[in-house]
Amino acid sequence: MQNIISVKGLSKQFHNLTAVNQLSFTVNKGDVYGFLGQNGAGKSTTMRMLLTLIKPTEGSIEIAGMDLFKHRKEVLKNIGAVIEKPDVYKYLSSYENLSLFAKLSGIRLSRQQIMQQLATVGLEQRANDKVRTFSQGMKQRLGIAVALVHNPQIIILDEPTNGLDPQGIADIRNMILHLSNELKKTIVVSSHLLSEIEQIATRVLIIDKGKKLIEGDANELFDASQTIVEIETTNNNFAFEQLKQSSWNNFLLKERITKPVLKMNKKDIPQLHKDLITMNIELIAMQPKHSLEDYFLSITSNSQL
Amino acid sequence: MFTLLQIELYKIFKRPRTYIAFAAITALIIIIQLGLKVDGKEYADFVLADLQNTLEINGKIINGYFVCYVILQLLLVHVPLLIALIAADMISGEANMGTLRVLLTKPISRTEFIIAKFLAAAIYTILLLIWIAVFALLASIIIFGTDDMFLVKNAYAVQIEKVDIFWRYIGAFCFAALAMLTVAALGFFLSNFAENSIGPIVATMSVIIVTTILSTMSIPLFNKIKPYLFTTHMVAWKEFFDVKVNDANETIRGTVQNADKIIRSSIVLIAHIILFVGASVWVFKKKNVLS
Repeated sequence: MQNIISVKGLSKQFHNLTAVNQLSFTVNKGDVYGFLGQNGAGKSTTMRMLLTLIKPTEGSIEIAGMDLFKHRKEVLKNIGAVIEKPDVYKYLSSYENLSLFAKLSGIRLSRQQIMQQLATVGLEQRANDKVRTFSQGMKQRLGIAVALVHNPQIIILDEPTNGLDPQGIADIRNMILHLSNELKKTIVVSSHLLSEIEQIATRVLIIDKGKKLIEGDANELFDASQTIVEIETTNNNFAFEQLKQSSWNNFLLKERITKPVLKMNKKDIPQLHKDLITMNIELIAMQPKHSLEDYFLSITSNSQL
Repeated sequence: MFTLLQIELYKIFKRPRTYIAFAAITALIIIIQLGLKVDGKEYADFVLADLQNTLEINGKIINGYFVCYVILQLLLVHVPLLIALIAADMISGEANMGTLRVLLTKPISRTEFIIAKFLAAAIYTILLLIWIAVFALLASIIIFGTDDMFLVKNAYAVQIEKVDIFWRYIGAFCFAALAMLTVAALGFFLSNFAENSIGPIVATMSVIIVTTILSTMSIPLFNKIKPYLFTTHMVAWKEFFDVKVNDANETIRGTVQNADKIIRSSIVLIAHIILFVGASVWVFKKKNVLS
């Protein structure tokens, strides 16, 4: 798989707040990369850094082999994005908005081409209506049309289903799947809802308090036959190192942050327990979760305390 | 860059609020012209009351040139507010709408973007002054006709021959454009720091009010900073209407009494524009877009 986005040691400090902390991840060409975390986890800040809206305090971002901040214009030609809300000019029509953003992206579209683009998001009948008269779902679809107007290879969508009704959510989900499956776009999509990411992502990154918790293949992470086991010991760093050097390394999910987390078959838990004792790891607690969702919810609830 | 400028102008002139300034100016000018048309003689008698005992003034005092001068004196104090409505909204308005975020995800240079935005605000400012020129000068000439212009200054009176006036208005309007561009640059700079338009608009007007008070107060403490305040120099357009006189106390056609003052004031205003726009570019390039 060709690596298309490579983020290394990315951090962002806002005065006393560390929004993103030493975050590293890679996105492969063709991925639907799900970026999961509760509100305030650092998803939007990371996505804004991927688009140069926010300058990182440290770290590097390479997109399509180019340093993002050194080749900003060149890199952005290949990216389309909707960040948080799909804001466009409400005093302009959808046709005028699309034409304006196409010009900003360096392309000139004929009337027929603009109408075609509007048709792909189901807005051709509202081409001449002012955006202020649109529903939230229509604005979202127009926002996506604006993001795609220059036919980018990479699409970044930050919480694209926020504020939408169930039909709107389904429309966006289908659109993402269409972009990925039919048009072979690489998509980075964030959400605070695991269920949403589960339905579309090929790879997943979970972050909390600006730090990476889990990154992996969606099929493996969402495999219901597997159990997530979080262990707490008297020395978590030591435990983490020992596990990394053992055969359990393949089951480790969590980066060396707080507690080691393993994704494993439930029947292997007794063996893990034995091995921990053999490795001189003093166990305080071992918490099996039924699924990644349980684990994600436990992170969320712990962080909210 | 040209495409960015085109887009910015397109956005400005597609917004209904843009036309508020043009409508307000048109209404004000019409009100003043109507007032002077109806009661112009009483106004002239009042203004020239002291001089009429010592001078015999012939001709049409209330003529198009004089009316334009009255309009400019009244209007140029208020035009900064109308300029601030647009200039101070240029960045903060986009941040407020959320479109700044969308714009900056497109492959455009931040420097080119902000310069294009200022140029658009500058073009709006100049168009507003051209509008004032057309209505205040040309419409007044059509309504009131032309004659020599008679102006009463603090300690003396000036009579300018009618053939020697039009170029002075062109100069005065060009200078007024420079003064208003300074206001636009200030509003534009302040626009970088807010995510709604009200703050920068109020801040721009507050700066103008405070510095105008400092410029006009005759307190020794403030005299040292007065030459550096842009508001001290904004009224130098009036210098175009002060004519040199010869030994026989006759006005010399085509001259300006204090041309060096106009040049000095122009330099100070241009320096302020460069400072505000340069600072805007610097701030905007480093800006984190959180809106």
